[in-house]
Amino acid sequence: MSIRHGLLALLERGPRYGFQLRTEFESRTGSTWPLNVGQVYTTLSRLERDGLVVPAGEDDAGHALYAITEGGRDELRQWFASPVDRANPPRNELAIKLAMAVGSPDVDVRAVIQAQRVHTIRAMQDYTRLKGQALEAAAGEPGTPDRDDVAWQLVLDQLIFQAEAEARWLDHCETRLVRLNALSPRPEADDAPAPVPADEEAESAAEEDGGLRGALRRTRARR
Amino acid sequence: MSGQSAQQPSASPAAPASASAPPDAPVLRLESLTRVHGSGATEVHALRGIDLDVRPGELVAVMGPSGSGKSTLLTIAGGLDLPTSGRVIVEGTDLTTATRKEIAALRRRSIGYVFQDYNLIPALTAAENVALPRELDGIGARKARREALAALEETGLAELADRFPDEMSGGQQQRVAIARALVGDRRLVLADEPTGALDSETGDTVLALLRSRCDAGAAGILVTHEPRFAAWADRVVFLRDGSVVDMTLRSSAESLLTGGAAQ
Repeated sequence: MSIRHGLLALLERGPRYGFQLRTEFESRTGSTWPLNVGQVYTTLSRLERDGLVVPAGEDDAGHALYAITEGGRDELRQWFASPVDRANPPRNELAIKLAMAVGSPDVDVRAVIQAQRVHTIRAMQDYTRLKGQALEAAAGEPGTPDRDDVAWQLVLDQLIFQAEAEARWLDHCETRLVRLNALSPRPEADDAPAPVPADEEAESAAEEDGGLRGALRRTRARR
Repeated sequence: MSGQSAQQPSASPAAPASASAPPDAPVLRLESLTRVHGSGATEVHALRGIDLDVRPGELVAVMGPSGSGKSTLLTIAGGLDLPTSGRVIVEGTDLTTATRKEIAALRRRSIGYVFQDYNLIPALTAAENVALPRELDGIGARKARREALAALEETGLAELADRFPDEMSGGQQQRVAIARALVGDRRLVLADEPTGALDSETGDTVLALLRSRCDAGAAGILVTHEPRFAAWADRVVFLRDGSVVDMTLRSSAESLLTGGAAQ
């Protein structure tokens, strides 16, 4: 997360001091990513080192103010103009867990999927409740919407869409695993319909392994 | 709205229990519900022992892959089909023992439906569409119109009152359909993929309205395959092969985001 650019964006609206930057950052993003004031000062001193901000005296209460420089404005313009990098997808524990579950004959993959699905949808319910409250509050205030409120709604939507993507991916995994007949830990001989016997060896390998590996071997053997 | 209708004795003589029912008694109760289609080799178990209560103020979402029994559940809850076994109790009346006439009356007076394709009558304005169920209830046209206008006002749709369906957007039509579903004493709304034909922003306005109608005392079931819309519900029920495999309850939002967010 770019605290650096977030602070530059706030400073573009005029000189500010550290604690004020923290407060404004949090109200813009609904405290979704809390900052401590130490992080703010560390970031400010790095920005100063890089020539992107300069000290700008004190306000009446004696707070040390910072102002954005021309170099800082260039940096900010560039940030808004360039997409957020996706070259290195962050490590995703859920994807790793499912990949491991599919390869582990004793794990009930469907149970893993369902447990995550409940958790994810429950998080979506929470976000949606917050969103409902935000929309209701916005509807109650006539006139131009407050920019912080709009920003908060967009951040909530982001959380919801991200959770939704996860839920959809889980549905997709389950559907695919059902099709591959690879969900149950160890398919019982008389329960599941017997796979098309391609050759005996492949079939006994499938029985030994169960799970997706068996299914894959069956598929391969059939070709 | 809920306060009024909850205290109102049921219009149906077949429901003696509901006159003294506590205010949070379930509007809909499904008990050990099963539904088998066909028989013998072609027998299909669409529902296998479903138990579900929906109370006033509650919105319950039902999710599951196609063929999991979602639609069958909604059809039976709405009195359009009967279960193979188990009980369906709407506003205190057991549909499985009621006469056909009683079921028809209950379906007309207590249950509102919202469909994917809105189902407004094209030749009637929004207000006339909302008034129609009340006129069918047997109240005078003038009073029905007054109630319809009040219902549209309550749902923030007053300015649409004199528009015809083809003069409204899909989202507006669907919100009118929700107002119609809950006009008068109706407080059970059954919504079958109500956002199916809408984009995500518009879908949200429809769900926000359904949510607020439930907050005001209605009881709702929402069948959807969209997690983002299901997330408006208090509970999400997962069906698979005709059984409830899981259910979420809504946790307190405060536990999720700390600081100013949860206020």
